[in-house]
Amino acid sequence: MEKVIDIQHLRKSFGSNEILKDIDFSVNKGEVVCIIGSSGSGKSTLLRCINLLEKPTDGAIIYKGENILDNKHDIYAYRTKLGMVFQQFNLFNNHNVLSNCTVGQIKVLKRSKAEAEKVAMKYLSVVGMDNYINAKPKQLSGGQKQRVAIARALSMEPDVLLFDEPTSALDPEMVGEVLAVMKDLAKSGLTMLVVTHEMGFASEVANRVVFMDKGVIAEEGRPEQIFNNPTQERTKEFLKRVLNKQ
Amino acid sequence: MTWQWFINIITKYWPMLVRGAGVTLFISIISTIIGSIIGLIIGTIRTIPKQDRIVRKAILTVINAILTAYVEFFRGTPMIVQASVIFYGAAMIGINMDRTVAAIFIVSINTGAYVAEIVRGGIISIDKGQFEAAHAIGMNHVKTMLNVVLPQVVRNILPAIGNEFVINIKDTSVLNVISVSELFFQAKTVAGNNFRYFETYLIVSIMYLIMTLVVTRILRMIERKMDGPENFIVIPGNQMQVERPEDQLRRQK
Repeated sequence: MEKVIDIQHLRKSFGSNEILKDIDFSVNKGEVVCIIGSSGSGKSTLLRCINLLEKPTDGAIIYKGENILDNKHDIYAYRTKLGMVFQQFNLFNNHNVLSNCTVGQIKVLKRSKAEAEKVAMKYLSVVGMDNYINAKPKQLSGGQKQRVAIARALSMEPDVLLFDEPTSALDPEMVGEVLAVMKDLAKSGLTMLVVTHEMGFASEVANRVVFMDKGVIAEEGRPEQIFNNPTQERTKEFLKRVLNKQ
Repeated sequence: MTWQWFINIITKYWPMLVRGAGVTLFISIISTIIGSIIGLIIGTIRTIPKQDRIVRKAILTVINAILTAYVEFFRGTPMIVQASVIFYGAAMIGINMDRTVAAIFIVSINTGAYVAEIVRGGIISIDKGQFEAAHAIGMNHVKTMLNVVLPQVVRNILPAIGNEFVINIKDTSVLNVISVSELFFQAKTVAGNNFRYFETYLIVSIMYLIMTLVVTRILRMIERKMDGPENFIVIPGNQMQVERPEDQLRRQK
């Protein structure tokens, strides 16, 4: 299988505090990978290192045969190939729904306005927000904002979509609509890397589940294996804690 | 003091006073705009994130030092002194500045120093998520600032800029030290002609008040305009005929 992103010996420290310790990890084309683990285990940091919002301390990120961490590499061009969906949505407050999805295409990918709007409308209808193109972010609910954020990321037509706890900031009743969109995307064959606390989503949609603990990948495997027969003691403990709560 | 004097002064000297008010407004409008642009540029430069490469780091440190010196100097000395130093200093090295140009120059760089700090505050107050989202779709620092951050900053600092504008209308009066024919200078001339100091300055104070009140009202209007409509239009009908996620959930229940 073709690897879209290959991470080798990745390390990240904040001062003397080592968050990621020698991570080896890859995402294959068309795969949906869910990263689970308790708070502070480094899941979000790993995701943020992948699109260089955090600069890794050491290691390599191989994309299309090239190490992105080489100084000469154009990180801006690389980032357009990775869509990112944030926990706090981070829609551009000064743009309405439609131009949130077009501004990147026009300014970064140099598409024409007409073309950008066509692409944006396509993905806004995928997430069911095509009726709200005139609305400003502050006029939308959390679930609607997150769906627009997904459409914004899709509009750049990335190779991989990264989700950083996309439902953690939502009211419980809005989690469903965002997960529904994500399930549809997963079925359509999009490559997705999802940091999540939604175990139900992970077990249903993921091709592979990665359990992280204290800055290392403690266990990874197919969802039925991780959730039903975890081999590691700490995986068992974590799952017992989160599944009992639900 | 009699009412007659007020009427006398107004009927006899109104062209002078109105011309003075015109000069005051002209200098303060132009200077506020130029000063805001200077402030926007400097404030933006002063918030450029730390650079990794040594050469860039050195250049940025030097530029920041110069800009800090500029801001501190013009914030830390009175405009009346700056006006004298610049105007007579220029005269000493043989540059005879036009008085109005000198006035605009002085008020602009003075405003620029204040606005630079306002802008810096405005940029710092923008949520970090806005920068990250812009970076995540491949925008570099310049694109992020131009398309995402600065439009929000400009909207947020508009009340503070309005403040600067009002201050400029009043503070142009100190430019009479370099004999700019603004409102206060004209008032001095009028009062010197008729020796009715109280009446003349009372009229002039009301003229200043009218100018500042009108300007603040206009700025409020601009702010409301920039905010756009309170409501938005939901485009009726689901033209693509796809099931929306809410509907899908409702159907499954």
